Amino acid sequence: MSTMTPVSPSTPSPDELSRQLSGASISLRRRIANRTSSGLMVLAFLLAAVPLAVMGVQVFSQGLAVVTDVAWWTEPIPADVGRADLANNEQLNDLGFGTSGTEEEPNSSASDIVLGMQPAIVGTLLTVLGASAMAIPLGIMGAVYLNEYGKKNRLASFIRFMADVMTGVPSVIMGVFIYSIWVVNFGVDGKSAFAASLALACLMLPIIVRSTEEMLRLVPDHLREASSALGTRTWKTTLSVVLPAALPGITSGTLLAVARAAGETAPVVFTIGFVTQTNWSFTGQNTSLSAQIYSQFVNGGSLATQLAWGAAVTLVGIVLVLTLTARFITRHFSVT
Amino acid sequence: MTIAPEREPETIALPDLTVPGRGTRADKIFRYIALGAGALVLVVLLLIAIVTTQRAWPAFTELGFSYFLGTEWIPSEGEFGILPLVWGTVLVSFIAIVISVPISIGIALFVTEMAHRKVRSFVITVIDVLAAVPSVVFGLWGFFYLIPPFQSAFNWFSDLVSGIPVINAIFGTSTGSSFASAGIVLALMITPIVTVVSREVFLTVPENDRAGALALGATRWEMIRGVVFPHSTGGLTGAVMLGLGRAMGETVAVALLIGAVPRLSIDVFGVGETMPAQIFRNLSEADDLFRAALIGLGVCLFVLTIAINISARKVVVLVDRRSRGDA
Repeated sequence: MSTMTPVSPSTPSPDELSRQLSGASISLRRRIANRTSSGLMVLAFLLAAVPLAVMGVQVFSQGLAVVTDVAWWTEPIPADVGRADLANNEQLNDLGFGTSGTEEEPNSSASDIVLGMQPAIVGTLLTVLGASAMAIPLGIMGAVYLNEYGKKNRLASFIRFMADVMTGVPSVIMGVFIYSIWVVNFGVDGKSAFAASLALACLMLPIIVRSTEEMLRLVPDHLREASSALGTRTWKTTLSVVLPAALPGITSGTLLAVARAAGETAPVVFTIGFVTQTNWSFTGQNTSLSAQIYSQFVNGGSLATQLAWGAAVTLVGIVLVLTLTARFITRHFSVT
Repeated sequence: MTIAPEREPETIALPDLTVPGRGTRADKIFRYIALGAGALVLVVLLLIAIVTTQRAWPAFTELGFSYFLGTEWIPSEGEFGILPLVWGTVLVSFIAIVISVPISIGIALFVTEMAHRKVRSFVITVIDVLAAVPSVVFGLWGFFYLIPPFQSAFNWFSDLVSGIPVINAIFGTSTGSSFASAGIVLALMITPIVTVVSREVFLTVPENDRAGALALGATRWEMIRGVVFPHSTGGLTGAVMLGLGRAMGETVAVALLIGAVPRLSIDVFGVGETMPAQIFRNLSEADDLFRAALIGLGVCLFVLTIAINISARKVVVLVDRRSRGDA
């Protein structure tokens, strides 16, 4: 609700009131304090917005050239750009940061190398798809329980509370969890797009539960009552009346969760392994854009750094499209 | 078939959907599926606690006190004392919070008390986008574009205070990667969450109180101080704690900017290390005790963030979180 809404149509808005009242009758000291506070608020916004804008420009200027080449989307990741251990499965060595650019380029001349990122793009899509396939239905059903069945009972309140708490659990913990339960048991072979999906699904689940529940709450009760009055069972009412009514909101909340998952690095790095060739399967080692940004950064060298910037642009692009679509949907299709 | 409404009280009362007939089974099944999905949140949380603790158990039992109270974390020598990492996590989060909270509250006030509709929508979009940028991109950008200027700025400041005792211990010379660098970038990253929660808190301030203060002749700032802040202290505490929880768990950006040297030091311009960053760097290739020690770090982090989040949620006034466009 807009805070600026007038109390009644005839009352001027607080904003207007304050403008009228900050006239000459107000002492200089009070006026200065007021102006200063307003200036500081604008400054606060600029302190967040300017770095964001600068970062956007710098990231895109670094990575755009690589990304606009078709080869980026169709070719495997060049394996010989950095150190020899790039091709190694366990690429995350005890690294000293800042070693970039110290080593010689390998024998193959730099101009021969085609900068491709298809494996990581495919890997990111697969993991996010897998995580969505698990977390979205379960999250929505969980929300249905909270809003349609549990409502205010103790179990529902507890689940609601713990879901909120779970959204605050660091993503790296989800990675440690899946690593402990999956990779430790199945060894290196257990590292796969599926394992990474599991970690991301854990991350997405509470976000989807809570955002969907908020949306279900906005569905007016008379829709449910009308449906019940026609003799419809609760399950059918939920599926054919309540969920469709809340669909725009659910979609946008879900997209935000998907965007968050797509950008995550920590849970993916432990669980996905490493490849340089495209792997369309959920089994077997894979790679993702975020994991590539990190490992190429660690590899160092100008080509690897170019790969990292390119992957960053691709990832930011994907995440931005998801986020802005979510915002567009909320703005134009929201209920209430 | 009569369409005219019948005047029986039973039909006016809420329909009894438990009567036997077609669909009762489906209703029950649907209910149990929903219940199961809801309970999954609890199951996952419980599993995280159990599985990670079990994997970390060797570190807890074999190392005992030297694990929780040890001041050296040198994996190559088998030294696993988590205190330097806990310290690093706390220090970096503290720096981030100190920088981020005033900015976030400023933005939240700007959005709720000052900006007009269009500006408000723009500001919220900017904050959304800031929240969407992946952590690893912050890290990459920070490493290449912020570390060099930070280094010169830190060294300049370090020179400035080099004559003052105590202060010069806090602000030593810098190689760029440091607690402070990680903390500053982290501040930018947690600003969205603190802003969003603060804004929700400010939105719960009754409109009449605002109008009343203004009607009595208060300037906008006086209204904010006299009405908005007193009404929001609890909620803002919650917002800060949620930000703190977020900051403590933030991994990749910190890993790229902090320098990877576990150190118990108050020198904020020096290199350091945090718990999530240490896990992130090493878990993939760690074995045996080292792996257990790293997973143990995860357990500690889990317990810490859960505790912070629980207290934050208890404190914060959770209002209708309508993630609508420009509500």
